[in-house]
Amino acid sequence: MARIGVFVCHCGENIAATVDCEKVAKACAQLPGVAYSIDYKYMCSDPGQNLIREAIKEKNLTGVVVAACSPRMHEPTFRRACAEAGLNPYLCEMANIREHCSWVHPKSEETTLKAIDIVKTIIAKVRKNQPLYPIKVPVTKTALVIGGGIAGIQAALDIANAGHRVILVEKEPSIGGHMAQLSETFPTLDCSQCILTPRMVEVAQHPSITLYTYAEVESLTGFIGNFVARIRKKAKSIDEKLCTGCGECVNACPIKKIPSEFNMGLGTRPAIYIPFPQAVPNKPVIDRSRCTYFRTGKCRFCESKCPTKAIRFDQNDEVINVQVGAVVVATGFTVLESTFFPEYGYGQYKDVVTGLQFERILSASGPTLGEVRRPSDGAIPKKVVFITCAGSRDPAKGIEYCSKICCMYTAKHAMLYKHKVHDGQAYVFYMDIRATGKGYDEFVRRAIEEDHVKYIRGRVSRVYERNGKIVVCGADTLLGAEPVEIEADMVVLATAGVANPGAEELAQALHISYDRHRFFTEAHPKLRPVETNTAGIFLAGACQSPKDIPESVGQASATASKVVALFSRDELTREPIVAVVNRCAPPLYSTCVGCFMCQTACPYSAIEREELRTRDGTLVKTVARVNPGLCQGCGTCVAFCRSKSIDLQGYSNEQMYAEVVELFAE
Amino acid sequence: MKEFEPKIVAFVCNWCTYAGADLTGTSRIHYAPNVRVVRFPCTGRIDYNLIIKAFERGADGVIVSGCHPNDCHYTSGNFHARRRWIVFRTLLEYIGIDPRRIIFSWVSAAEGAKWADLVNKAVREIRELGPAKEFINMKQWYEFEKALGGFRG
Repeated sequence: MARIGVFVCHCGENIAATVDCEKVAKACAQLPGVAYSIDYKYMCSDPGQNLIREAIKEKNLTGVVVAACSPRMHEPTFRRACAEAGLNPYLCEMANIREHCSWVHPKSEETTLKAIDIVKTIIAKVRKNQPLYPIKVPVTKTALVIGGGIAGIQAALDIANAGHRVILVEKEPSIGGHMAQLSETFPTLDCSQCILTPRMVEVAQHPSITLYTYAEVESLTGFIGNFVARIRKKAKSIDEKLCTGCGECVNACPIKKIPSEFNMGLGTRPAIYIPFPQAVPNKPVIDRSRCTYFRTGKCRFCESKCPTKAIRFDQNDEVINVQVGAVVVATGFTVLESTFFPEYGYGQYKDVVTGLQFERILSASGPTLGEVRRPSDGAIPKKVVFITCAGSRDPAKGIEYCSKICCMYTAKHAMLYKHKVHDGQAYVFYMDIRATGKGYDEFVRRAIEEDHVKYIRGRVSRVYERNGKIVVCGADTLLGAEPVEIEADMVVLATAGVANPGAEELAQALHISYDRHRFFTEAHPKLRPVETNTAGIFLAGACQSPKDIPESVGQASATASKVVALFSRDELTREPIVAVVNRCAPPLYSTCVGCFMCQTACPYSAIEREELRTRDGTLVKTVARVNPGLCQGCGTCVAFCRSKSIDLQGYSNEQMYAEVVELFAE
Repeated sequence: MKEFEPKIVAFVCNWCTYAGADLTGTSRIHYAPNVRVVRFPCTGRIDYNLIIKAFERGADGVIVSGCHPNDCHYTSGNFHARRRWIVFRTLLEYIGIDPRRIIFSWVSAAEGAKWADLVNKAVREIRELGPAKEFINMKQWYEFEKALGGFRG
């Protein structure tokens, strides 16, 4: 027979003001299996916890019910107290008579009766509780960082500098990400590449970092501390050990007119290429979809020019499996193309460019070598119109959110344009100016006051071409919606930051969640901003939502600290709230019928097939088995199971039915 | 005559609705005292046999509530619950339960006021439906069961 102790807390006046706690304790003392029942002013206080500890020892309790606040508040406190007194902590449960009773009902007989009901159901549950033991799992102290932009670079360096191994996977031929494309950075106007490239080199040279560029993560299996990642290293068509990065092959390639991804289509590159001069690794790859040899079977000019004979046309993609303990997802974002905007000419006007394209125009390593020249005829534009919120904060475009970085980079663009074209005029159409960072508002003011950028509050209704000029029609809402028409030489759209193409597929491969804009979802927007709901997978940078560089770096370091904390232990303990599949004596072995409905229900792929064999090895049947390391304890499988063979520890069928039945017991 | 006070059981998930109901308490929003909460890790865990069991034993109504679609702590448990509910609903009339006695809702951890509204609405609606009579004959069976040595699952 169970010997349950019931401890009713007054919580000062919080519970006692509306619930008659003494009456609750007395009513519970009458229930079967209750050996001890008492009320006390503050159960969570030291004397309160002592009361529980002593009662466990003196009354030889086999279960504890604390009727107090929400288990979300103090369950760990009381379970610890029970463990200290030698009782298995999972034999202790809380009855929530504060949040769910005393705080939401007036002082009355009925409120006390409800409190008794609540405690009664938990007593019924505890009668069926079983001792449980935390699950221990080992930790592989290697981190996988997906994405080699500034966030991925920072996370990789921080983890590696803490003494752990890191595998950094980047899908492009070089690490660097969007930050490598930027000209200068706000609010200091320091050169983006100058601060980034040393970090890139550090990654490449770090003894603890293994860098896989031109590679993608295809799948991730396993669980926290014990993941296995499948990485596809796309064929670069060169032998990286032999290649010196001299660039002879790049010069030899006859195909020269491929739009450069790095220059956002404004420049060109050959079929064998190094994306940009400071690329890390500084070795070329062959774009097989464009290479003449791969398309027609003839050419091989690059091979003939290569002094070290490093070209490998017969190279295949290589798929490797790596074991990692934690994953940092830092896959970044992209910007909407100007073709997305009918009102701005669907991208058909060459001189209507996106913010990222304008970065390349401003960049010293860009297609115009840092001179501001417009794409159509190479002329220096004398009037440039910047349009912010192109797509952002526009429910009609399906993007309700603010892309966050555009206000700042538009101010920077306008300022840099004015620094380079002194007689030029910059106009900015804006909805609101959001400059909420350290030194940010001062930066915008500087653009307006020192560089005389004309800010016009209003939206642009139409952009069209007239006599070689691009006419921007808008309204100035601060002048009573006065129509404004500007004949510009060039238009820059601060297009919305959006999730990368392929973000959904990656999220599904990693089993992490994403929102309707395909940005990855954090575990808690305030208190767990860098964790995902999948333990051991963390988020850094703009794959979670648009972010500027300081924020991405800060978040990356935060993920690194989470990973390092995880790696500081040799094994992990997890709550034993996991599902188990029935096993019993021969000849049945298990009541599981092997329908594997549970397998289709499980969001964590935690259900495995296990062959049950007799001692001499004869196969009896194949049944389900739960991998306790993978199981997160949702219990969806339990509701699915046709033969009631799978059960969730801590929320077992017996416990749940007992709770429901107790509610209506006479 | 005293108004009929329905007995309602709420099956809620730990991460959203239970936390939402906690917030109702923290915000001191008062609501009808007719509901008893049973906490599950996830709405996906809720076996519909449990709902039938509640009605068998004398519940007048049942609330099932969890995280909003896409917000599930376990990624997809609430989708399973929703899909199961669609099938289950078509069976309800067959077993003799008025589908209006089951209220399915999403209440997030931030929706304390919504929980209070949900409970009040459930109590109001089920009060109009009157006491559940469908399983009234089960009482004798349970007395028989009790004589045999109590509830066995």
